[in-house]
Amino acid sequence: MSLHRNRVGDQPWVRRTLIGLAMLLTAIFLVIPVVVIFTQALSAGWSTLAGNIMDEYTLHAIGLTLFVALLTVPLNLIFGTALAWSVTRFKFPGRKLLITLIDIPFAVSPVVAGLLYLLLYGRNGWLGGWLSTHDIQLMFAWPGIVMVTVFVTCPFVARELIPLMQQQGSEEEEAGVVLGASGWRIFRKITLPNIKWALIYGVILTNARAVGEFGAVSVVSGNVRGQTNTLPLHVELLYQDYNIVGAFASASLLAAIAILTLVAKAFVEWRQAKSEHSAPETRGV
Amino acid sequence: MKTFFKGIALGAALLSAQPALSADRELLNTSYDIARELFAAYNVEFQKHWQEKTGETVEIKQSHAGSSKQAQAIIQGLKADVATFNQVTDIDILHTRGRLIPENWAERLPNNSSPYYSTMAFLVRKGNPKNIENWDDLIREDVSLVMPNPKTSGNGRYTYLAALGFAQDQFGDDQDKIDDFLASLLGQVRVFDSGGRGATTTFVERGIGDALLTFESEVLNIADRLEGEYEVVTPKVSFLAEFPVTWIDDYTKQNGTEELAKEYLSHLYSEDAQRLLASFNYRVQNETVLKENADRFRDLKLKSIDEIAGGWEKAMKAHFASGGKLDQLQRRR
Amino acid sequence: MSVSAQTSVAPVRRFSGRSKRVLPGFGLSLGISLFFVSLVLLLPLTGLVVETSGMTWDQFVFTITDPRVIESYKVTAWTALAASLFNGVFGLLLAWVLVRYEFPGKRLIDAVVDLPFALPTAVAGITLATLFAQNGWYGQWLDKLGVEVAFTPIGIVVAMAFTSIPFVVRTVQPVLEELSPADEEAAVSLGASDGRVFRKVIFPSLWPALVTGVALSFTRSLGEFGAIIFIAGNTPYVSEVTSLMIFIRLQEYDYAAASAIASMVLLVSLILLFAINVWQSRFLRRLEGR
Repeated sequence: MSLHRNRVGDQPWVRRTLIGLAMLLTAIFLVIPVVVIFTQALSAGWSTLAGNIMDEYTLHAIGLTLFVALLTVPLNLIFGTALAWSVTRFKFPGRKLLITLIDIPFAVSPVVAGLLYLLLYGRNGWLGGWLSTHDIQLMFAWPGIVMVTVFVTCPFVARELIPLMQQQGSEEEEAGVVLGASGWRIFRKITLPNIKWALIYGVILTNARAVGEFGAVSVVSGNVRGQTNTLPLHVELLYQDYNIVGAFASASLLAAIAILTLVAKAFVEWRQAKSEHSAPETRGV
Repeated sequence: MKTFFKGIALGAALLSAQPALSADRELLNTSYDIARELFAAYNVEFQKHWQEKTGETVEIKQSHAGSSKQAQAIIQGLKADVATFNQVTDIDILHTRGRLIPENWAERLPNNSSPYYSTMAFLVRKGNPKNIENWDDLIREDVSLVMPNPKTSGNGRYTYLAALGFAQDQFGDDQDKIDDFLASLLGQVRVFDSGGRGATTTFVERGIGDALLTFESEVLNIADRLEGEYEVVTPKVSFLAEFPVTWIDDYTKQNGTEELAKEYLSHLYSEDAQRLLASFNYRVQNETVLKENADRFRDLKLKSIDEIAGGWEKAMKAHFASGGKLDQLQRRR
Repeated sequence: MSVSAQTSVAPVRRFSGRSKRVLPGFGLSLGISLFFVSLVLLLPLTGLVVETSGMTWDQFVFTITDPRVIESYKVTAWTALAASLFNGVFGLLLAWVLVRYEFPGKRLIDAVVDLPFALPTAVAGITLATLFAQNGWYGQWLDKLGVEVAFTPIGIVVAMAFTSIPFVVRTVQPVLEELSPADEEAAVSLGASDGRVFRKVIFPSLWPALVTGVALSFTRSLGEFGAIIFIAGNTPYVSEVTSLMIFIRLQEYDYAAASAIASMVLLVSLILLFAINVWQSRFLRRLEGR
């Protein structure tokens, strides 16, 4: 990309100013806060940090948080892709309404989102009565946590895909139809390669948000330690204990999970670039 | 796809990595947000007691959050065996909304089912530079305060009621003066945190404010922990803040834990448990323990909710409901 | 569900002639979408309607026009606007730099952009309060300049901006990547200045994504709670946000009032988002038609 000398912003001074400014602002608003988390976590030394993390309740919280994310991400991946396909490849009445509806989770405060699920599936809710007579516990157990996490994170994949697929148009796929390829094949061989990066971004954002969700989960979790306590709730719990170092230790784990996901993404991108470079992908029909 | 299922398996494995104690009995205690260390200590004491008594081992699960939120969770189906809260109203609601406990729950254990209590006190910075001794020092122009929000936290409501109790003593029936006093006090508050610990953090870690208004137990804990940096001021008149407990009848029946739950709460009144509670800076009724800790808890006039506002129901309606006295006072500025 | 959706749409397919509906998978994809939207999004929302409908009209109006609540709308609206506008500029800059340039540390910046999503909002709030308080790393410098951030409405802006920055970056970034260089290169080679090419060639394609990102950032900020309460100070009529008003009603067990206020916020957000979606597709159509 840097080879294009003839594009906007390629003069060295513009380049340097913009990069410098971006780095400065990123440092102030994003990097330093993360540094604060890690310095606080380490303020009592490495062994305390290790002790805080290896605490049995912290370990359980990590496990639960990852488990919830593992269930949430595939569900939203399927939903987001299906939704993006239907609204960008077809025109139908109510299409714009549908696009707007998926933004609801952005517009609803997470605490309210949790409350809505509680009002519906809780013991006094209008589905909750039936559930409790059949001895099905959704709220205050892991299914409830997964449900609200799916709610909070469901726009991300679709939101990433829609603008991109809209812009790309459907000519290539239509050519596939003309050539007689099946729908699934068209999706896999034509659409997927085009939207792959947006899809991965979507998954990363979904995962990040699923791991970090606090407000909605805290309403339906019941906060039972070693049972329904996710990592963000665990941070809050330790903070309430006035165990600030411990709280930041758990928070640093969340930051580390986020950074790891991003490293994984960078690695996938790099592999991809390398394989495309050495041998162009064979696209046999 | 394969890796995905592997991931799920890993998640499930981690989930089941619970302490493999396999105790004979299990009990879930829902409690307020800052009581974790207290009950962590008490649970050990109780486990020993129960084993001596019955030979059974008990695993006690803890849930901590703001007590209003806990009450809502219990009503909506969190199957807790016992509730150990810091607000009477949050246990009342278990009866009025949830029908999970009888109306007379408070009469089932001594002292209104409140095994320990506390009051409201001030934490000031070293040397007490603003010379704060009593409630009327708090309304001076040069004093800035930190307290939990009375709208979101029982802790904040207690402080408000304590100040009201003081003003009633001071101004008698002169309602305007009482209102003026409370309005100026609220006007001096720099930060209203949503919970008690948040207020402590704002005062201690962020260095905001000249006085922190919160539970005496919290104030003493901080003063113990950061010795020499802060001073404790106990006003001469304050509020009797009860810490009520109850077992949840419906759920203990379902869980088959009635005996265990009752014993868990009754044992809080035993001398050993009372000594433990006192070591966490809570005031207790046990005579022996009281004598042992006489130097720690200053003698003061504690007014109950009945004296100040004619009971909790009236207090909530008249002062804290939307459009109530608190809203009016905060609007006047 | 998918079958009925397909048949009901069939006439439209026939009438609107052009290319779009040769592709397969309409019934399946729409079916999945509608099922999901109904179950996950709409069903729980009925709870909001049911709770609110338990009130009389007067009660409803009284609840949502309480002076303290009204003041919180104002505070929330202007702080969210300030935060999202800031993010519009900052987010565009980040997206631009990430797409257009190679430089050391690029991967790091790309990585940390998503951190606000991964950090629980409460942690973000605590961390920002630590930094901006008078005794914090930033606070002590700002204090010398006479600027107070923590425990003032500006603190709210900072918390909102932090939690919603990824929206702008991640909305603008893919569009910027897809931008074809042809027009731009042509304009540059014809001697147009950078600023002019940006305004005339790049910005028109970027604009819809940028507005969407800012709008998402704005709506997200309207609902933000966890990060704000730690840094706002929560002084009545000065630094109380609407989410706090909802939270207060919940603490009072007043689900109806909480739902009423929440539905106001939701309504405003949805109208805004719907307007943006309609406007955006008009805009795209105009671009295509050109």
